[in-house]
Amino acid sequence: MKKLILAITILFSTLSFAQNSLPKINVTSVDGQTVNTSSFTNDGNPIVISFWATWCKPCMRELDAMAEVYEDWQEDLGVKIIAVSIDDSRNSGKVGPLAKTKGWEYDVFIDQNQDFKRALGVNNIPHTFVLDGNGNIVWQHTGYALGDEDELYEVLEKVAAGEAVN
Amino acid sequence: MKKIILGLIALFSFTGWSQTQTINTGELHGNFQFDGQLYVRDSILDPNKEAYPDEKFLGQGFMNLIYTRGGFTAGVRYENYQNVMIGFPQGYRGEGITYRFLQYNTHGLDVTAGNFYEQFGSGMILRAYEERGLGYDNVFDGARVKYSKNGVTVKGMIGRQRKYFDKSSGIVRGVDAEVNLNELFSGMSENKTLITVGGSFVSKYEPDNSPIYNLPKNVGSWGGRVNVQRGGLGIYAEYVYKINDPSSDNNFIYRPGEGLTFAINYANKDFGFMVSGKRIDNMSYRSERNAQQIETLINYIPAGTRYHTYTLPALYPYATQINGEQNLQVEFTYNLHKKTVLGGKYGTQLFANFAYAGSIYKSKIDEDTDIGQTGTDGYDTEWFKLGQVKYYQDFNVGFKRKLNKKWKMTFTYLNVQYNFDLLNKGLRDEVMIKKTPSIIYLNEFVLEMQYKIKPKHYLRFEVQGLFSEQDSVGRAFDELGAGSMVLGLIEYSISPHWFFSVQNIYNFGNPNENFRLNYPFVNVAYSDGPTRIQLGYGRQPSGIFCVGGVCRFVPASNGLQMSITSNF
Repeated sequence: MKKLILAITILFSTLSFAQNSLPKINVTSVDGQTVNTSSFTNDGNPIVISFWATWCKPCMRELDAMAEVYEDWQEDLGVKIIAVSIDDSRNSGKVGPLAKTKGWEYDVFIDQNQDFKRALGVNNIPHTFVLDGNGNIVWQHTGYALGDEDELYEVLEKVAAGEAVN
Repeated sequence: MKKIILGLIALFSFTGWSQTQTINTGELHGNFQFDGQLYVRDSILDPNKEAYPDEKFLGQGFMNLIYTRGGFTAGVRYENYQNVMIGFPQGYRGEGITYRFLQYNTHGLDVTAGNFYEQFGSGMILRAYEERGLGYDNVFDGARVKYSKNGVTVKGMIGRQRKYFDKSSGIVRGVDAEVNLNELFSGMSENKTLITVGGSFVSKYEPDNSPIYNLPKNVGSWGGRVNVQRGGLGIYAEYVYKINDPSSDNNFIYRPGEGLTFAINYANKDFGFMVSGKRIDNMSYRSERNAQQIETLINYIPAGTRYHTYTLPALYPYATQINGEQNLQVEFTYNLHKKTVLGGKYGTQLFANFAYAGSIYKSKIDEDTDIGQTGTDGYDTEWFKLGQVKYYQDFNVGFKRKLNKKWKMTFTYLNVQYNFDLLNKGLRDEVMIKKTPSIIYLNEFVLEMQYKIKPKHYLRFEVQGLFSEQDSVGRAFDELGAGSMVLGLIEYSISPHWFFSVQNIYNFGNPNENFRLNYPFVNVAYSDGPTRIQLGYGRQPSGIFCVGGVCRFVPASNGLQMSITSNF
């Protein structure tokens, strides 16, 4: 254990101590196609990645709230929202129909083995990431309280303008 | 293993990696969570001190570290339970490194040494996964190779499964192949019908230590699956077969196991429809044949019922029956357009769901052998005959509507039949066939309202009712459940940092008058980016908590709960 702490301490001086780039992981589209997360691009505009599940009520509230303003966000800032469901086989078949009937215009993917969730260090859902135009993770948030989408919009404005967040 | 990981990390941080173009040192990130509870002695809830630990305070947590550099990844998780909280599997006691792996990824090849999570198909034949909130973790420790090219993915793995701070005595080997026909065959690439097929073979080895029976040391299983998509229509089907596998789950019968599952769904902007079903016959598959509860399961069979997360409906969840089950589920969603008489100004969404789960039909193999008798082939069955015992039935219907700029509402009504003998007491089919099982009939409703006070300030209300009846008179108290109850909840959130809630449950209909109690609970949470700190205080009723397909019983408790989660 002492060695572990020592090694980590040494590492901090040289390492990039945070999640900067998106891990390259295979996820599944709602029509069953394998897609690598390296294809998550948006022509130099910001991307929002939101982890959710059909059984997670705060997640649904967040995605519903963003759906109401998504058109504006796309027009104003060119934002793309990617919704990654961690549903397993109990509910994974409901993900596509649910997104469609809710009118979510997001790119929806399923991370059934939770490889993408683990690679990004997500503990609990909802968990939302913001990527800048270069695909770097510049902001993240865990949990959802009603109205959080307003703060997210403020973050996206800064990111779209090339300003530093935080 | 630890030293190897550290050595590699240290090496990479001081030397440039010749194969990469950029001289970077990689990225280190991870996450952390801690949960604790200070228990308060509550002599009304818990007269016998069963839910009051000697330690008074129990806490548990974990930290993950992941290092990535190019195609290379290494990870490690430390877990501590001092001691494990009440309601969690008691096998988790102490602390240690429970997860570490090395992985590299190059040109479609993915190699992992150490721990890994894996799933073949829907998981009905093999699935290793974690649900930290439930204490579920059947991760493999071994080696895995995956290779993908031109729409074909092949996986091979070998390993032993985690069992708390130990490992299963059995070894699991598996191969899986999945082919995306549209990618593989150039002639199909423009086809609007997308077809994926897959197949698996899994085998477990465990020594035969039985002095009485001759048990199979190697238990093989195989399965096939197909997924077809066209436009808004999707069809999935999977079949698995397992050779005879006597275990404590199936009372040591020599019957082979099989399972069939299917799902058909269709959706467009106005309308969604889903029907799914399964038939499971003796499909408990564990790498230790005497394992119990959530230990060393190789496969995963989901419950084919709607997953309720509102507090009162969640008190009576359905848990999938791996020894045998027939299950059907149908779900509809319909959107009433906005600016119509029924739809209102903003539109209204209607939803309905029906689910049934029951035993498969079982009959004696011969006159002298009881159903499920140890050491025999167990029972005969018929595919197209309804089973003798109802396990669970759920009909729920509701709507969701935005009333105006300030208010939104959701209303749900549920009618549930819950087999208490099976789901709370674990009685076997052969016992329930001979008596009338005690079914609890539940009528429930949930009304949820959201109110926007001003930007970033919101209120949310819930009113829930659960009205319980039994099917016959004269049942003992422990066959009745907790009886009728109502719940009220108010949440106030100030985005982005603060969250407050007050909740009370009143168990007015408890069959035992001494337990007609109030369960008040208050919660405060502070969020800042990836960090969340939560404090809660009050009484919580006993219940069965499920995540995914796994459930655990949590006794009633009183106390101060705290949780901190963060990631970097």
